[in-house]
Amino acid sequence: MQPFLKVDQVTKRFHKVVANDRVSFDVMPGEIHCLLGENGAGKSTIAECIYGFYKPDEGTITVQGNPAGLTSPRDAIARGIGMVHQHFVLVSSMTVLENIVIGTDAARPILDLKAAAARIREIGRRYDVDIDLEARIWQLPVGQQQWVEILKALFQGARLLIMDEPTAVLTPQEARRLFQIFREMTADGLSVILISHKFDDVMQSDRVTVLRRAKVIGTVNTRETTKEALTNMMVGRSVELRVKRDEHPRGAPVLEVRDLRAANDFGTEKLSGIDLTVHRGEIVGIAGVAGNGQGELFEALIGARKTRGGSIRLDGADITGRSPAEIQRMGMGYIPDDRFADGLVGDYDIQSNLILGHHRREPFARRGLLQFRAIRDFARKAIEELEIKAPSETTRTRSLSGGNAQKVIVAREFAQATKVILANQPSRGLDVGVIEYMHERLLEKRRNDFGILLASEELDELLGLADRIVVIFKGRILGEFAAGTADIERIGLLMAGQETAGKAEEIS
Amino acid sequence: MGDLFTDTIVISVLAATIRIATPLILAALGELIAERAGILNLGVEGTMLMAAFAAFIGAYATGSTLMALLLAVLAGMAMSFIMVFMAATLKVEQVVTGLALNLLAAGMSLYLYKAFFAVEGQAMPTVAVMPVAPIPFLSEIPYIGPILFTQKVLTYVALLMVPVVWFFLYRTKYGLEIRCLGENPKAIDTKGMSVSLRQYGAVMAGGALCGLAGAFVTIGSSARFVPDITNGRGWLALVIVIAANWRPSGILIAALVFAFLDALQLQIQGIGVQMPYQIFLALPYVLAIVLMVLKSRRGRSEEPARLGVPYFRGER
Repeated sequence: MQPFLKVDQVTKRFHKVVANDRVSFDVMPGEIHCLLGENGAGKSTIAECIYGFYKPDEGTITVQGNPAGLTSPRDAIARGIGMVHQHFVLVSSMTVLENIVIGTDAARPILDLKAAAARIREIGRRYDVDIDLEARIWQLPVGQQQWVEILKALFQGARLLIMDEPTAVLTPQEARRLFQIFREMTADGLSVILISHKFDDVMQSDRVTVLRRAKVIGTVNTRETTKEALTNMMVGRSVELRVKRDEHPRGAPVLEVRDLRAANDFGTEKLSGIDLTVHRGEIVGIAGVAGNGQGELFEALIGARKTRGGSIRLDGADITGRSPAEIQRMGMGYIPDDRFADGLVGDYDIQSNLILGHHRREPFARRGLLQFRAIRDFARKAIEELEIKAPSETTRTRSLSGGNAQKVIVAREFAQATKVILANQPSRGLDVGVIEYMHERLLEKRRNDFGILLASEELDELLGLADRIVVIFKGRILGEFAAGTADIERIGLLMAGQETAGKAEEIS
Repeated sequence: MGDLFTDTIVISVLAATIRIATPLILAALGELIAERAGILNLGVEGTMLMAAFAAFIGAYATGSTLMALLLAVLAGMAMSFIMVFMAATLKVEQVVTGLALNLLAAGMSLYLYKAFFAVEGQAMPTVAVMPVAPIPFLSEIPYIGPILFTQKVLTYVALLMVPVVWFFLYRTKYGLEIRCLGENPKAIDTKGMSVSLRQYGAVMAGGALCGLAGAFVTIGSSARFVPDITNGRGWLALVIVIAANWRPSGILIAALVFAFLDALQLQIQGIGVQMPYQIFLALPYVLAIVLMVLKSRRGRSEEPARLGVPYFRGER
């Protein structure tokens, strides 16, 4: 059989950085082909080349035996290639229908959306997807927004769907449903390129092509391989996939949250009465789909967001309404989820970022003057101890990789905190090596009797690290599971807001 | 004060409202199209000024209103071409570009005017003002006739442009694409359509409307050209777009409200109320500030999410 898509020796450079180095693989009709690799391995770049968004510097891309000569997504779409980007490319103030129709043949000079709507409903029925075409994007949950993206591609006649990290925003149940529908598509002869680093996804594909540092390491049949073998190919060494969480007695409550309420920047209530306790020597994991109040919770706890009600106690002291500076001084450290937006000042150098927020305190400042020697010594020590890869302590943090930037934040927060660590998705977007490192450091803090609140969208991470897992949905805690008894099915149902599923199993 | 409310005075104030609203509606609609495409064109004032000058020169040199309008439209498009070239191609800070355009226009119109006409001591050159064009029959309707249908052609055009722009933005594929640019240009780019081409089209179409607005300021209402003749109307148009919450129908309403205040102010001045007239001159701008304050407290804004943000494809 002739492959639907053949990528042959494609090289793509950005200035001096080689993002794809002679990448070759092919995708058969009816195949789910997974591209696996760490961040920066070149998965998204090769996908954007196939979609015509980037122009390869060398090599050829062949669609159904014909050189595609892709110079624009328009060419790719014409050849039956559709792409769903990791960050959806939707216009949130417009309707589903407008989003799907824009830029297609269905949009005549004067819009006639009725015929298009009928065709879209037809496709929806084929795959048993029901979406209100008149709804505006911002009214839809992310899972449905993904469907809009997929419908967009199918509506344009896609025979090959490129999905960039599709399950990142889904509950386990939603992810499973997505794969069922992929299978229905492949039964129709459609192909799927799946970009992922989650093994649950990877193992449901037909073949896997592993990329490492811009190069293809190899293509294997999924049925004939294992997670361990794939990880070795991806990382280039063997990795301990499971973290070793030894038994550790938990101490007294150190962070107590009662009936906490807060709104987002637009005044919409995002926390509707959160009750939560973290003990010394304990990691409490927060599971939930993004946007259910995790960000607001962390900001309220560290004092960066005004609360509308409820109380927060740190080691017995009421810290509700205190400033972030006070709360940090009282022993709380915070690792925000968006490290470049909230965790660092990109244009500052490493040493400045390392003392940010603590820069008024000895030894970094005396009588209002910064003590550069002390700052530099602290920075050099941190760079050495955490193996931050940077030319010097005066390197701008903007130029650091995600992992090294995260280490700067960790160095700062871990050095100053004495009681509680708040970590919102600390391993998001990091390489396996750095994630391992993050996990070790969190467990070390746990051994040192810190209370740790950890939010993650990766359930595996929580299952591996947390002593207890709570599920957050629409600003409320829906259920709580002890580490040993946590059931991924029930957690998934609670993440989707199905309260009854967890109620019976709740522990008090 | 009782004089204020006789029929003739009410009619004359309302007719003046429509007349004064004309350039505001045209400029605001032009700005709306540009802003919907994600380009914040702060150069409206300057664009209008250059167009006002171009219209004046056109009328002076050829005596033809049509030629004058054509020149004004070309001037408006030329000014907005600079804007969009800086914003979409060079991706320069849009606020700075817009402000620079205003300075450029203020200096350039004055320079050109002097270069063409100013021989010290000579009388100021004048052109024929566009005549009022009453619409047969309709203009004879009591009250409504003299207010709405006894206006100049450009005023009818301005009023017509409100539904036309609405139809264009909300009922055509080009409008859909332009609105998309202001919200998420990547959605256009990932479909293989050119973002900057559409931005050029939108901003220059807006510039053409701005050109008509500028023409109305000279050949539509005044026989003379004087420096800074637009007198803040371009800035008011920017406020109108915001007050209108980026909707064509809102622009009509907001422009009429501002124009009404201005017309009232003229009337009050005319009948000699004992109050410094500058207070009334300031009224529209005071209202503008009040509106801006209110706007910040309003719920869901229609403001294009990516207004003023240059689009980069994100290649490293």
